[in-house]
Amino acid sequence: MELLIRVLAVLAGFLVLPLVVGQAEHKVMAHMQGRVGPMYAGAFHGWAQLIADGVKFVQKEDITPRDADRTVFRLAPLVALFPYLVVVMTIPIGPGLVAQSLDIGLFLVLAVLGIGVVAVLMSAWASANKYSLLGGVRGAAQLLGYELPLVLAAASVAMAAGTLSLPGIVEAWQPWWLIWQAPAALVFFISGLAEIRRPPFDMPIADSELVFGYMTEYTGLRFAFFLLAEYVGIVVIAALTTVLFLGGWHGPMEDQLGWLWTFLKIGVLSFVIIWLRVTYPRMREDQLQRLCWLILVPVALAQLVLTVAVKSLL
Amino acid sequence: MSDNGERIVPGKGLLDGLAVTLKTLTRRSTTQQYPDVQPDLPPRSRGVIALSEENCTVCMLCARECPDWCIYIDSHKEEVVVPGAARARQRNVLDRFDIDFSLCMYCGICIEVCPFDALHWTPEFEYAETDVLDLLHDKNRLGEWMRTVPPPPAHDVLGEPSKEEATAARKAAGPGAATAAKTARPAAVRATPRTTAPAAAPPAPARPAEPRPSAEAPAPEAKAEAPKPDPRPEADQ
Ligand code: SF4
Ligand code: SF4
Repeated sequence: MELLIRVLAVLAGFLVLPLVVGQAEHKVMAHMQGRVGPMYAGAFHGWAQLIADGVKFVQKEDITPRDADRTVFRLAPLVALFPYLVVVMTIPIGPGLVAQSLDIGLFLVLAVLGIGVVAVLMSAWASANKYSLLGGVRGAAQLLGYELPLVLAAASVAMAAGTLSLPGIVEAWQPWWLIWQAPAALVFFISGLAEIRRPPFDMPIADSELVFGYMTEYTGLRFAFFLLAEYVGIVVIAALTTVLFLGGWHGPMEDQLGWLWTFLKIGVLSFVIIWLRVTYPRMREDQLQRLCWLILVPVALAQLVLTVAVKSLL
Repeated sequence: MSDNGERIVPGKGLLDGLAVTLKTLTRRSTTQQYPDVQPDLPPRSRGVIALSEENCTVCMLCARECPDWCIYIDSHKEEVVVPGAARARQRNVLDRFDIDFSLCMYCGICIEVCPFDALHWTPEFEYAETDVLDLLHDKNRLGEWMRTVPPPPAHDVLGEPSKEEATAARKAAGPGAATAAKTARPAAVRATPRTTAPAAAPPAPARPAEPRPSAEAPAPEAKAEAPKPDPRPEADQ
């Protein structure tokens, strides 16, 4: 019974948070770019923009290309969305406030996040479209590359905390980790961005050269699912960074307001993710790989060495 | 130092970019809300071209100079019999005057080149069509745009008088004042007919008897008045 309540709560959060982030993205982007387009729908400040988008997506025809591999094509958006649901289940919001506390939470999260590659490859191959295929290949190269720094950075913090359980890591967190684990946090955040294919890491769907990459053939609700997956991805990456590196619910009055601190930190990080998107242009394929292999991976490895050194000194 | 200073601090450009977007976030947007609020266009805006059909003499200069060849003109000649004249005169009548705005590049050459002020820019810009063929405006449609032509801007108060004005003033002033009128500024041009012309023509019509504005009066009035003294010397003779 209690599990059911928790699952329902997670489901509600899973449906609401991405919408909040999506709305925030519309507004923040509009302000940052001095645009008024997203301020139009609805009377005040364009509050109805997201609803209008939803209505638009529902109206659109659901097209499956003739040569597409139908089942795989239709399944791909769900495969893109589903792993995030699993991840959200394991994220602790406050002390004891977690849908499913697992001893190997971090391990599961990292493993499940990797399923994103499968969704990209499924949609890319099943679309039977050369742009989709090219986008999918790029996506696979990017996701496989950035998986490594992501895991290494997470491993560093797990070593520091001495546990793989997410609530355990938050428990063990100390404010001075902000400095000690800062490189890992940065690497984790950046490779997390690449993992959810957000700009500036949106090479796989570079619309100026690949139409829309692996999403080219998707229409209507299926396309909306991909978009939703992107917004959930923002929430997930922000939440994981919060839990692993920013001390989750730690803050003044953490016993009562712990969950508020978590949400606040997630909100701030989501804002940063949107901010980065507005500021930076899309990275080229070679820059993307260069950043991954020449900067992020070495930094993550150095952080591992540092973590081990500090750990053995203490 | 400041030249390659940016290269010494790695990532400075990235941070500067973040600062720019964050600053923009806090500022109000200056975008003009066009469909809701009509833009405040300056009078010289190039929206669409208007044709004043009465002014057109079918000289074809505009059609020939148009770089895109998007002006189409057809005409025929008509005889005008003037009673008492030795022979009938011929007059051009415009049958067709079209401008194809799907080709026009709004260079304004046709307007510049028309010797008879038959073509004008108007700031109207809302004439989009769903069919490209409808962008061919015929002479009626071009004529309707005439209503939207803004009045010409006022002359520069301190500028030299135009040739016509100077000639008119000289004629009005008589042979003696010729040199003075040639170099005179509008205020002086106005002053000259005031002192000389009424003296030469005491029974002149009511116009000179109007209350005279002082010499600092705005220039457009001076412009409007200056050519008028023209017929007066002839009337006196
Ligand atoms: S504006 Fe230029 S292109 Fe257009 S009709 Fe006139 S001369 Fe031709
Ligand atoms: S140049 Fe002027 S007068 Fe001559 S045909 Fe064109 S519009 Fe008419």
